[in-house]
Amino acid sequence: MTTVQQAAAPSRRTTAPAPAKRAAKRPAKRLSSSLIQALLIIIGLVWLTPAAGLFLSSLRSEEANASSGWWQALTSPGQLSFENYSALLKDSGIVQAFWNTVLISVPTTIAVVVIAALAGYAFAWLDFPGRDWIFLLVVAMLVVPVQIGLLPVAKMFGALGLFGSIPGVVLFHTAYGLPFAIFLLRNFFAEIPKEMLEAARMDGGGEWRIFSQLVLPLGKPAIASLAIFQFLWVWNDMLVALLFADNESQPLTVALQSQMRQFGSNIGVLAPGAFLSLIVPLVVFFAFQRQFVQGIMAGSVK
Amino acid sequence: MSVTTPAVPPVTTGGTRPGPPDPVSGRAGAPGRRAVRRRRLIAAVFLLPALLLLGALVAYPIVFSVFRSLYDASGNTFVGVDNYSQMFQDPATLRAIRNSAIWVVFAPALLTGLGLVLAVLTEKIRWKTAFKLLMFMPMAISFLAAGIIFRLAYEQDPQRGVLNAVTVGIHDSFQGEAASFPTAKTRIGDKQLVQGKDGSYATARRVGPGDTVNLGLVGVAPTDMPKEAKPAAKAARTPAADGELRGVVFLDFTPGGGGKPGVVDRTERGLPRLAVEAVGPHGKVAAHGTTGPDGSYRLTGLAKGSYTVRLPAADFAPPYQGVSWLGPALITPAIIGAYMWIWTGFSLVLIGAGLSAMPRDVLEAARMDGANEWQVFRRITVPLLAPALGVVFVTMVINVMKVFDLVYIIAPGPVQQDANVLALQMWLVSFGGGNNQGLGSALGVLLLLLVVPAMALNIRRFRRSQS
Repeated sequence: MTTVQQAAAPSRRTTAPAPAKRAAKRPAKRLSSSLIQALLIIIGLVWLTPAAGLFLSSLRSEEANASSGWWQALTSPGQLSFENYSALLKDSGIVQAFWNTVLISVPTTIAVVVIAALAGYAFAWLDFPGRDWIFLLVVAMLVVPVQIGLLPVAKMFGALGLFGSIPGVVLFHTAYGLPFAIFLLRNFFAEIPKEMLEAARMDGGGEWRIFSQLVLPLGKPAIASLAIFQFLWVWNDMLVALLFADNESQPLTVALQSQMRQFGSNIGVLAPGAFLSLIVPLVVFFAFQRQFVQGIMAGSVK
Repeated sequence: MSVTTPAVPPVTTGGTRPGPPDPVSGRAGAPGRRAVRRRRLIAAVFLLPALLLLGALVAYPIVFSVFRSLYDASGNTFVGVDNYSQMFQDPATLRAIRNSAIWVVFAPALLTGLGLVLAVLTEKIRWKTAFKLLMFMPMAISFLAAGIIFRLAYEQDPQRGVLNAVTVGIHDSFQGEAASFPTAKTRIGDKQLVQGKDGSYATARRVGPGDTVNLGLVGVAPTDMPKEAKPAAKAARTPAADGELRGVVFLDFTPGGGGKPGVVDRTERGLPRLAVEAVGPHGKVAAHGTTGPDGSYRLTGLAKGSYTVRLPAADFAPPYQGVSWLGPALITPAIIGAYMWIWTGFSLVLIGAGLSAMPRDVLEAARMDGANEWQVFRRITVPLLAPALGVVFVTMVINVMKVFDLVYIIAPGPVQQDANVLALQMWLVSFGGGNNQGLGSALGVLLLLLVVPAMALNIRRFRRSQS
């Protein structure tokens, strides 16, 4: 590694005029640059391989997967078929779990965005006693592990009849998504120039009108990041649903993990199931790369 | 913490922040107390849903857990800190704590280091956006899907698990050409060969240089015979010269019947690529040889004397099956590997953002002054990147302490205890059969206490950014 770096100079942004010394270095530079490229290509392939393995496995028959590795499919693509997928889509339990995942993720995302936007606005622009102090509590809650809530909330939901239902899962996710959401939106809303709000207030706009017609439209980028991030977080969750959902309300992750016990013999369900569960996040990821990356980065330390 | 990265446009900590509104000028001309009350009411309405949910489902559970952790499993008897002291005596919990410590020590450092190296390297290529995108992709998918992906990759059977397929491939290419026939054995009643304690076979009769010794084995299925194997009859009749022993190692079985036991029949094939040794009187190996495609071997350079011809145990060893990634010894490193597959992209992108925000002229100036790339990296890049590195590291420490799904999914049932971590143990104790909610609550509180430093850090940074 070090030798590579030693010889390598930046290939771009070389603003300084090239002195003779630099010109002499050029062949070495080119060599090290192609070494770096080769290294990164290898790393990229290593990163792709496990996922490609799952994908190809999901397209092979049970027998083929039991007797040989997925890489055999690279040389004999004839063994690939969508049979596992069509079988999976006929499995009513899996289809139900897929819709449960949607029914959990979408309402949670909406609830978090709405509730956090209201609170974020209040923390940024409304005046009330103890505001900063309460907001510090929210900041403190940023890193509270969900584990601490599992047991007490399970008891509470049991008493309220919410245990083992989709609304229960949604409520729990919403609560634990809020600290980050409020933090993000409050900070974003606070950046809105004070003059704009004051002008709106002078014009006699009520707080609700200012919130819905000024702050929300201006906050769109942050809200988009938050929504994407929150959606993926809930879509990908297993822990919360493992406890709070029952057989009828379980999302895809929980339905699939119950098949892990006989991993070897269930690969025909698990591989396409895993792909079914990750195709939505991947589509979201590619459609909203920028907001996604920003959301994840803003969420660091959460 | 989350706000200090230059790559997060919405929440920069620059000096232009307008700050919260001034309580006095917030409402110019509003008449007195009634307006104040009205403003507070509005604030309460805006805040109510959030505070209700946070209070009931986050704050209250913390208080509840602290109290619950002071009671026993049934919840009726106050036991003080017994649950906490039990935590450090119960072997399963102790192992979970130890494994969590391993995670915290290795995963964040490895991830930060790898992210840093990759970020510096990607700066030098043109397709860095594509590369970052590829590395970042695993962040989008669930731990469950990643767990299934790696459970498959880590499969023990090299016919199925890609990692062991590669490991065995590398191992075999270093091992050279040696073959082995794990099922091979002598014919029942064979007096020529005797099996040693280590699984090797040696001639019962002592032989000397100039002898031809043909060794017949059975028990190799036709499908297990290498394609290169050729009939051994011709080589079996070749006489040995002085100072050498020769002969064939052959499969003493004629497909379709008709062969004579102990005799190299016309169609019987040799066993290729087997090691053969001549062993002297004191058990010293005097010569090595390897069989050819027709099973023939030559052991040369032998002094006069008596020897036994031996097929060492390696000839009968089962083939190398790769590494037991999901076994009790390697399960935690294996899961950390999967975790790195997911999170390296995060580390790379965050550090990469810090890198591209770095002042180029400083680097260029150092290079002009004759600093080599390593010096630039060590003395300038790393120190300037310290804030980004810190954010990645602290984020990873916090995440790693809470790791649950990946361990739950990847570790097969029998080794789950060997892979156990705090968050998983908390789950197992509370819900997964343990059903001890006192100890479970104590573990939850421990998890919370472990992230308190991060909490304090968050608050401090936030306050600093406000002032």
